[in-house]
Amino acid sequence: MLQDLLYPFDAAHLLRHRKRIRRQLLEGSNWIDIRIATLAGSTAQEVLDLLELFLLNDGIRPTFYQSDYNRYYEEALFDSARLEEFQPDLVYVHTSAVNVHHHPTITSTADEIAELIESEVNRYESIWKAVTEKTRCQVIQNNFEAPATRGTGSFDYASPSGRTRFFTLLNAAMAQRASNGRRVVMHDLATAASITGLDQWSDPARWFSYKISTTPAGSAMWAHSLANTIRAIYGRSRKCLVLDLDKTLWGGVIGDDGAGNIRIGRETAEGEAFTAFQEYCLALQQRGVILAVCSKNEDLIAREGFAHPATTLRLEHFSAFVANWEPKSENIRRIASTLNIGLDSMVFVDDNPAEREIVRSQLPAVAVPEVGDDVSRYPLMIDRGGYFDIVTLSSDDINRSRQYAANEERTALSGAYGSYGDYLTALTMRAEIAPFRDVYLERITQLTNKTNQFNLTTRRYTMSEIAEIASDPRYITLYGRLEDRFGDNGLVSAIIGRKEESALHIDLWLMSCRVIQREMELAMLDALVEKALDAGIQTINGWYERTPKNNMVADHYARLGFTKVPAADDGSRSDWILDLRSGYAPRNTHIERIAL
Amino acid sequence: MTDTLERLQPIFRDVLDDPKLVIDRQSNARNVEGWDSLAHINLIASIEQDFHVRFALGELQDLENVGDMIDLIERKQQT
Repeated sequence: MLQDLLYPFDAAHLLRHRKRIRRQLLEGSNWIDIRIATLAGSTAQEVLDLLELFLLNDGIRPTFYQSDYNRYYEEALFDSARLEEFQPDLVYVHTSAVNVHHHPTITSTADEIAELIESEVNRYESIWKAVTEKTRCQVIQNNFEAPATRGTGSFDYASPSGRTRFFTLLNAAMAQRASNGRRVVMHDLATAASITGLDQWSDPARWFSYKISTTPAGSAMWAHSLANTIRAIYGRSRKCLVLDLDKTLWGGVIGDDGAGNIRIGRETAEGEAFTAFQEYCLALQQRGVILAVCSKNEDLIAREGFAHPATTLRLEHFSAFVANWEPKSENIRRIASTLNIGLDSMVFVDDNPAEREIVRSQLPAVAVPEVGDDVSRYPLMIDRGGYFDIVTLSSDDINRSRQYAANEERTALSGAYGSYGDYLTALTMRAEIAPFRDVYLERITQLTNKTNQFNLTTRRYTMSEIAEIASDPRYITLYGRLEDRFGDNGLVSAIIGRKEESALHIDLWLMSCRVIQREMELAMLDALVEKALDAGIQTINGWYERTPKNNMVADHYARLGFTKVPAADDGSRSDWILDLRSGYAPRNTHIERIAL
Repeated sequence: MTDTLERLQPIFRDVLDDPKLVIDRQSNARNVEGWDSLAHINLIASIEQDFHVRFALGELQDLENVGDMIDLIERKQQT
């Protein structure tokens, strides 16, 4: 991960050194490869060049196709052969305010304006429909930035026929229409432009000369924001915010000043700034971002800070809490392993530049924004980075922090039992296992894109593909949710089986590592066999494709009693078969299956 | 004042990603490898940034070679 590509970035530097930076990034490995088709309403190359850098920095390697300039509508609806041939995973509609040609005039009536908006949105909807029918993939659609000039000044917003007002209404209508189908994700170009500032966003000379609608700085903000949306679609957004304590979550040094004297609360400007940052962190936590503490402190003293009468954050909001004198890079590694998440899903915030530097150098996968030492700017610095961007909000997101906190309790419990079986019994686990359902498609997609360890084939899917498979009778699909006495683990496992005559081929079998060794895979197999028998299947064919990360499931099928297909193993792949004609005895003994 | 050509040299090398590139007043899009229309846009943006100048719409149209660029930059720096 290159620091140059984290917010705040220098657009001129990125453009000037783009080719070198790109070469450097491509030396990485373990890419998620995606094919992005761009339907361009203006010259998109500069934005796409920068988009490529931001995506590469996040482990995503794009291949691009571009429609002919300004033929985005025609290529989607009438002339899509090249687009279809490209077989995209994502179709991105690169349009902006320059592509809106019918504006209200000073004499337009309210009805005429409503009609203009309706017909503009219809035009885009017909693009989305044509594209999803032809390519079956996810569509990303920009909304529109505010116009650079206002014919009537401030009145442009109040006036029914004002252009500023028109674009505001148009954006609301676009967002509304896009939310009707899960295949369209709105990319908020309007806010990217306002963050940049309209005067820094566009340059008429570049528009007239090259048909590029933005300045280099505008292109970079656009590309960065778009990269965050794409990362979110692929479930690669970050999940965990690791926070320092002294001078980051409160003013002062708790070990020196005493818990009563740290600065937090409404009384002083400094205290207010820390409280505002705590409130920002709490809001992230409430929508699914995991919070963790990593502080150089005595553990007991550090915890006292969260008993301060003015604190907003409390101990229960943190899923992991590490306060000691070890190097922070070691502690963050430990937090990642306790929470069972990858280092590449963590963001570390610390006011001390030396701590930021050691984490950057030791753990390059962790994002360490250059937040500076002024806490009043921390919410902005995290927000602008887009680390935790999402494209929809699932109930699992809302429960996630609780799930991880419960994990810590489970770990503590496991030490207290005579045998592992006793521990599993004491967990009183219940699983809901059923074919894919609409409400879970987002989460399942997320899992296919971020599960690396317990993943037999490491196939990545977009949400559209998952939706397609869910409704295709040639497939048997299963998801598994697991709850136990400590709480709901959420949706943790997914299987996709493809029927071919009397055989079922397991294209995908994955499970979240947070429920490893809980017999969940046995419960999943039991359910899969039931469905297979109902469908007249005689053999289940599974295979294991080796990656640098999935060694833990090399023996998965052997453990489940599958027979190895001889000679098929060349080290990178092994094939396995389970013959149902010789009977099947259920394997799971510790998980109660519950009906929907 | 540093020679304008000397200041342009590293910009061209960075944008075209060719550390050994040597340009002179006669260099143009036809005789320098990789100097396509997109590289041109990038060169202009990088020059504007580095020299703290802004090219007007009319000026962007007639930049045929490095010599034109040098003359335009130096003219803009004098005003």
